[in-house]
Amino acid sequence: MKADPKLDYRTPLRQTPFHARTAAANKMNSWGPWGGYTTALEFDDGSMEYTAIRNAASVFDLCPMVKYRISGPDAVAYLNRLMVRDAAKLSVGGVHYTIWCDDAGKIVDDGTLFRLSESEYRICCQERHLPWLTCSAMGYNVQIREETEEIAALSLQGPCTYAVLKAAGFDVTDLKPFRMRVFAFDGGELMISRTGFTGDLGYELWTTPAHALALWDHLFAAGAPWGIRPIGSHALDLARIEAGFIITNMDFVPSHQAVREDRCRSPFELGLDWLIDWDKGHFTGRRALVQEKATGSSEWAMIGIEIEGNVSAEGSLIYHDKKHEVGYITAAAWSPTTKRNIALAHLKRPYQAEKSGNIWVEVYALRELQFHKLMLKATLCERPFFAPGRRRATPPALF
Amino acid sequence: MPSFDVIVIGGGTNGLAAAHRLQKSGRKVLVLEQAQVAGGAAVASEFAPGFRSPGLAHIANMLDARMMAGMDLARHGLNFATTNLSSTALSPTGDHLVLEGAVGANLKGTVPDTERQAWAALRKQLLGFAGVLAPFKQITAPRIAKGVGNDYFKLAKLGLAVRMLGKSDFREFLRMILINVYDVLNDELTDTRLKGLLAFDATLGSWLGPRSPNSLILLLNRLAGEASGQRAALSLPKGGMGAVAAAMVRAAVATGVTLRTGVAVESLIIEDDRAVGVRLVGGEEARAATIVSAINPKTTFLKLVGPRHLDAGFAKRISDQKSRGAAAKLHLALKAAPDFKGADLKSRLVIAPSAEAVELAYNAVKYGEVPKRPVMEIVLPTAFESGFAPDGQHVLSAVVQYAPHAPKAGPAAARAEMLENTLAMIEEHAPGIRALVTHAELLMPYDIEARYGMIGGNWHHGELSVEQMLILRPIAGIAQYATPIDGLWLAGAGCHPGGGISGAAGINAAERILKEVRA
Repeated sequence: MKADPKLDYRTPLRQTPFHARTAAANKMNSWGPWGGYTTALEFDDGSMEYTAIRNAASVFDLCPMVKYRISGPDAVAYLNRLMVRDAAKLSVGGVHYTIWCDDAGKIVDDGTLFRLSESEYRICCQERHLPWLTCSAMGYNVQIREETEEIAALSLQGPCTYAVLKAAGFDVTDLKPFRMRVFAFDGGELMISRTGFTGDLGYELWTTPAHALALWDHLFAAGAPWGIRPIGSHALDLARIEAGFIITNMDFVPSHQAVREDRCRSPFELGLDWLIDWDKGHFTGRRALVQEKATGSSEWAMIGIEIEGNVSAEGSLIYHDKKHEVGYITAAAWSPTTKRNIALAHLKRPYQAEKSGNIWVEVYALRELQFHKLMLKATLCERPFFAPGRRRATPPALF
Repeated sequence: MPSFDVIVIGGGTNGLAAAHRLQKSGRKVLVLEQAQVAGGAAVASEFAPGFRSPGLAHIANMLDARMMAGMDLARHGLNFATTNLSSTALSPTGDHLVLEGAVGANLKGTVPDTERQAWAALRKQLLGFAGVLAPFKQITAPRIAKGVGNDYFKLAKLGLAVRMLGKSDFREFLRMILINVYDVLNDELTDTRLKGLLAFDATLGSWLGPRSPNSLILLLNRLAGEASGQRAALSLPKGGMGAVAAAMVRAAVATGVTLRTGVAVESLIIEDDRAVGVRLVGGEEARAATIVSAINPKTTFLKLVGPRHLDAGFAKRISDQKSRGAAAKLHLALKAAPDFKGADLKSRLVIAPSAEAVELAYNAVKYGEVPKRPVMEIVLPTAFESGFAPDGQHVLSAVVQYAPHAPKAGPAAARAEMLENTLAMIEEHAPGIRALVTHAELLMPYDIEARYGMIGGNWHHGELSVEQMLILRPIAGIAQYATPIDGLWLAGAGCHPGGGISGAAGINAAERILKEVRA
């Protein structure tokens, strides 16, 4: 029976198709809202969850990610006008990371694009964009449908995930990064893509809600010998910082949501200009970006930094010469794997380049109810902070 | 085809004005006009055997002085039947009120002295406001950004002129600039005929009623027009508005403009994100470094350029630009002169019984319906000169408001109903006129759209209203005639300062092109 939409206010957060299992596993009863769903922040032990990502196999419920199906004869042309990368270069069965901009060349959102067939794509992103997607469709023969609720998806990440899938009966031996394959499962279909948000070996598993619990049970039964465990958002966040990945509304404000004009960021300002395909023809924001590139008018740079000591620096301000404020940190962590104190930061230009030698981070460290102000030396460094070869090895190692 | 420096799409008033100015600067200009005769809304047509309409537009009150002088239209055959057309607020009882001179310098009719004084004061005030606003029509709208070619000296001068109205008038200017015309009329006047006529004039060609917010500024815009150097005066070109079109064509061709009529542009040729030419229906191509579109902005972007070459937000905004027309055009062939209860036929005859009547007529179109009692302005070109109809017979040309641009009843039924209601209204003021009608043509907004390419039938090619004026015309970001596509410029009525047979937008655009683009 379909729920009465008028009574939605009684349950402001929805449950994902995996809720029966995640709720049972959530010993800490630690939940947080994400995209309209209630999702686990931590199941039992955050450190062990993180450790599973880097040493075993972890399962993350990514149902709240927003999914759109783009189909029709003009799907390629439409996506090429919408996004900065060339959707025509993405072959069927492929996935790529991409961004899309507004007219001013400021980023609306980032996400992954899946090419399901010649004329069918799926966009998977953080925020909802139906008005923008439909507005962009003027003059194109495409259908746009939000399919977030029609898909149940799990992220299976960690060095042993290949082994787990093999034990589960899914042969992904020759599945390369950013490729996907469809398997029969539970009387339905399971699509497995070699994608993820941890910078490690990993897969994302896509099915329909009807097969969600069966998939969960099947994975956990098959993965038990490798210590498979469910992970919450906290563990994933730590892993993604090590991988240097950004999250919409955590590391940048989507231009359609920004209230303050100066919060919007262009691809140049988020270090994502490498995604832009300048030769594929017009796309929304292109003229503004051509101008920005020609005049060098980018004001910000998104960079990775390493900070002395081991005090994590979330939300800290960045100074040049300990005096002038030149930026801020949007994500930071003591990285257990690399044993470095790392952060993702927005720096005003040119402090990311020629003036990067004298950068300091002002950290307010809370120690037993009292803040200690620290001025810590920071050095710019390459992202990702952690990039093991196993994430790309094909076939992956069978641990 | 020989090569050209500039291709102007659309040979209407603005297209011809822009082409002439650009050709005069030494560029080689090609004008492409879809119709068989260039001139757009100024072109006269035969609507019944032996009967000629003066044009879609029938009164000249906006002709840009720069265009008149620059194109030397007088030398190219433009004369006027009158440059001081009076207006008559028709009364069904024969108690007409005649406004003589520019916007009623003298009132003729039964009007008490107190009302005459009140009108003289209001008229002076409105003309004062219109006077300081008029020069803004001849500049490119400024852009709120740095280093974008604003003419700050000129802007400062014009701004100062507004400030120099004096303390009291400047305060009144600020109070009234965004007010509705209905309130102003009721604040200052009592004569229902006068208020009806002014309410009608303010909303003519718009999609606003007299009570709609910001309707006064449209009256000021009208009063900012001129005829033969006289502010707010009305004129009738000899031979009808078609004579303006013909003179403009002659002037343009005489300077060397190449005019091709009967050729429709199918799309722009865009290479490397730059407009480099046009593709005609039939496949022929013409190339030039500068392309000027003097046709509708929506059509320009959504059809000729196409959304694929535009940013999504821009395409959405231009498609959302409001362009609802509510003016219908009536042409009647009459076998004898009508009698409007003794009114002088050599006048603009206005049927707008009161400001309320205008508002009530507007109500219907809000819901896609035909008003029971439409309001209108009537011109009988045959009362001024021969040549429009067989001897002794007459042509009645009327702009009738308000006609729905997307009627609920469907186009044919709405047209029939509008014609019936309009004729009934005319009959009320000129008993017996229906028996004189041998042929009637009524162009509804959708007919005007089909014939003249005015989206929604709006004769400004996009509603002229505060939120679509000056820096917001046609939409914010392209108010300086330049477009996001390099090499493509706008020059039509959809741009600042709007429509009417004027040429101002075309000349402004040409001047901007001369300033920004090296020959």
